Amino acid sequence: MSTTSSPAPAAPRSAPVYALVGNPNCGKSTLFNALTGLKQKVGNYPGVTVERKVGTAYTQHGQPLTLIDLPGAYSLAARSPDEAVTRDVLLGRRADTPTPDRIICIADATNLERNLYLVHQVLDLGRPVVLVLNMMDLAAQAGLTVRADRLSRELGIPVIPCEAAHGKGLIELKLALSRPDLPLPRHAWDIPAPLAPAVAELQASLSAHEGKGPLVARAEALLLLTDPDPVRVAGSTPLSAATTRILESWKTRWTADATDSSGMLVAARYDAIGRLAREAIVPPAAGTAANPADATLALSDRIDAVVTHPLWGWVIFAGIMAAMFLGIFTLAGIPMGWIESLMGWLGEHVSALIPPGDFHDLVIDGALAGVGGVIIFLPQILILFFFIGLLESTGYMARAAFIMDRVMSRVGLNGKSFIPLLSSYACAIPGIMAARTIEEPKDRLATILVAPFMSCSARLPVYLLLIAALVSSDEVPLGTQVGLMLLMYFLGTAGAFAFAWLFKKTLLRGAPPLMIMELPPYRLPRLRDVAWQMWERGAVFVKRAGTVILALSIVLWFLANFPKPPAASEGEPPVDALAHSYAGRAGHAIEPLIAPLGFDWRIGIGLIQSFAAREVFNSSMGVIFAVEESEDETANQSHLRDALRGAARPDGTPLFTPLVCLSLMVFYVFAMQCISTIAVVKRETAGWKWPLFQLAYMTGTAWLASFVLYQVGRALGF
Amino acid sequence: MNLAQLTVGASATIQAYPQAGAAFTRLREMGLLPGTRITLVRIAPLGDPIEIQVRGYRLSLRKSEAALIEVVAAGATPAAE
Repeated sequence: MSTTSSPAPAAPRSAPVYALVGNPNCGKSTLFNALTGLKQKVGNYPGVTVERKVGTAYTQHGQPLTLIDLPGAYSLAARSPDEAVTRDVLLGRRADTPTPDRIICIADATNLERNLYLVHQVLDLGRPVVLVLNMMDLAAQAGLTVRADRLSRELGIPVIPCEAAHGKGLIELKLALSRPDLPLPRHAWDIPAPLAPAVAELQASLSAHEGKGPLVARAEALLLLTDPDPVRVAGSTPLSAATTRILESWKTRWTADATDSSGMLVAARYDAIGRLAREAIVPPAAGTAANPADATLALSDRIDAVVTHPLWGWVIFAGIMAAMFLGIFTLAGIPMGWIESLMGWLGEHVSALIPPGDFHDLVIDGALAGVGGVIIFLPQILILFFFIGLLESTGYMARAAFIMDRVMSRVGLNGKSFIPLLSSYACAIPGIMAARTIEEPKDRLATILVAPFMSCSARLPVYLLLIAALVSSDEVPLGTQVGLMLLMYFLGTAGAFAFAWLFKKTLLRGAPPLMIMELPPYRLPRLRDVAWQMWERGAVFVKRAGTVILALSIVLWFLANFPKPPAASEGEPPVDALAHSYAGRAGHAIEPLIAPLGFDWRIGIGLIQSFAAREVFNSSMGVIFAVEESEDETANQSHLRDALRGAARPDGTPLFTPLVCLSLMVFYVFAMQCISTIAVVKRETAGWKWPLFQLAYMTGTAWLASFVLYQVGRALGF
Repeated sequence: MNLAQLTVGASATIQAYPQAGAAFTRLREMGLLPGTRITLVRIAPLGDPIEIQVRGYRLSLRKSEAALIEVVAAGATPAAE
């Protein structure tokens, strides 16, 4: 992506740090991708679930610079962890991130006034700023003439008109970045007189106690007065006691005399912005359009009239969701089949290279199977993020949240939780990753915590096997099969909503979530950005979650294979080997715990092995009940079913009674038996606390539900 | 009257809303200030949230917040209530 012409004369000085700042939906990611190309690193800000993106860009003269893509923000008076990180980096309050030397602000030219609010706050910082006016083409279409030169003259900083989506204006921007002597903004605005003493006092304190420069101290003082109780996140340097005391005393005084400091400051800022906007924006000539905004929104309005229509809105929503769901549920099956055959082929070839023995088994059944277990998720993740990218970049995502909000708010979530939960019917992994589209941290966490309740595709084979074992006839009546299946899906969904409601009432209680959401105009999707996001999500999954999944797969393999049975004679049935392993012993060990659910130690082994993936239960039962494997899949299925029907307890009574089958299915509905999900939750919540909590509460729920079902069933004589 | 009582298509000027509360600080910062003219564009199919036009862009908020925003109907607004 870089247009390196001649490298700069050897300058040992480290590259200057730039921050890229802008509102959501203003084209910031597109600009970041255009400036850095493939030279990006994605990570997390320590302790927060906010993604950190840093890239290397080059000026027009080839000097490298470090570009930090700060999370999209409407204001530096932060109301979300994303905005808090943006604020803290700009104010130099994060020890883990260098304070940017220079700032690139990007603003949507079609919506300049509101976009300038954040720009105005950034200008307060007194650091060199380059302002990029993006979407100049769309502004022109709307009949707006945005005069970058006038804005540049007013603010005293470079203002670059740009169309990031078409690569226009990038050279001018890179030329501005080349300038060694960017001017400081000429930025003066009138702070309301009643607040001036408070600003001065806080500024002095921030300079004295926090060691801030005068302008940064003033900017921070203004933010504290705009929102005295902003969102704080881990990793941010807290305010000193002295500054907090001053802030508190002013708050008390203003509460007493009903001074609305926040309202006055925001209004004063919008006054200053209004003057700038009048200078910079030439409205369309009289007679073309009564209101320029109407012209911009005319097409979007026609689309919205259909998309949010009381009937057609739901039809379209259902259609899009069905397409997305079928995409991850069935379409992903094709590449997943390829991956399986590839891994099988690879296994055969590697198998031939290594002499039989423990090392052979470790490589084939442990490591290689583990790698396969990681990349098998990629098709679903990529397909889901293809759809999410498309929905987000066109603007439909906000409409989906708009029409779904009422439904989701019943359980305390917001409209954006719908897609993660729906995706979780296919697989909780992409669903949990999709929860990052939810800005509100508590809603996001609640969504992540309940997502694995949605019956995923890995539970399907288990349900099918148990339903087959439960019904005595050879052919399961379709009605019974569908009815039981729907019941399981319903139970999981009800569990998810009930727990979301419970968590929002208790653990994740707080200020009622804000549902203040911009509905951006519809735009054509940028396929390059969509592809980029897919690649990025896939890479993050493989790198961050994949390593954990691989390690846990190998541990599980070890547990199922060691220690070896004493004299491993040739003809010994495999059941004894498994029974002798740690997994077998664990099955025995947990038997007292699961006996009240109607399960014995053999089912216990299946439960433990399901942590690799729930469908492993079936093959686990196959090994335990010594079912002959054959090439014919359906024959395998019916053999397995017959084996389960024939399985007996030591006293000769059948093990898989209909009640036990039901109890087991209910257990699978609720239990968190999936190391891959645990690994992804760990990555998405930046720590082990939540995945372990989730493991405990879900498995506890599963135990309780199965216990009640089995005991009540027994009491009723089943 | 308040913002939640506005009929679809009607315009109004914001008069006042509560000082306290994170939602209202953010609404101010999004450009909803006393004196700002807004138009109710549509109501979601299930009756909540609402979509308004303000300063040339579209914003959606829940009725619970909108009900606390005092507005004065502008021009030829049909009399609500």
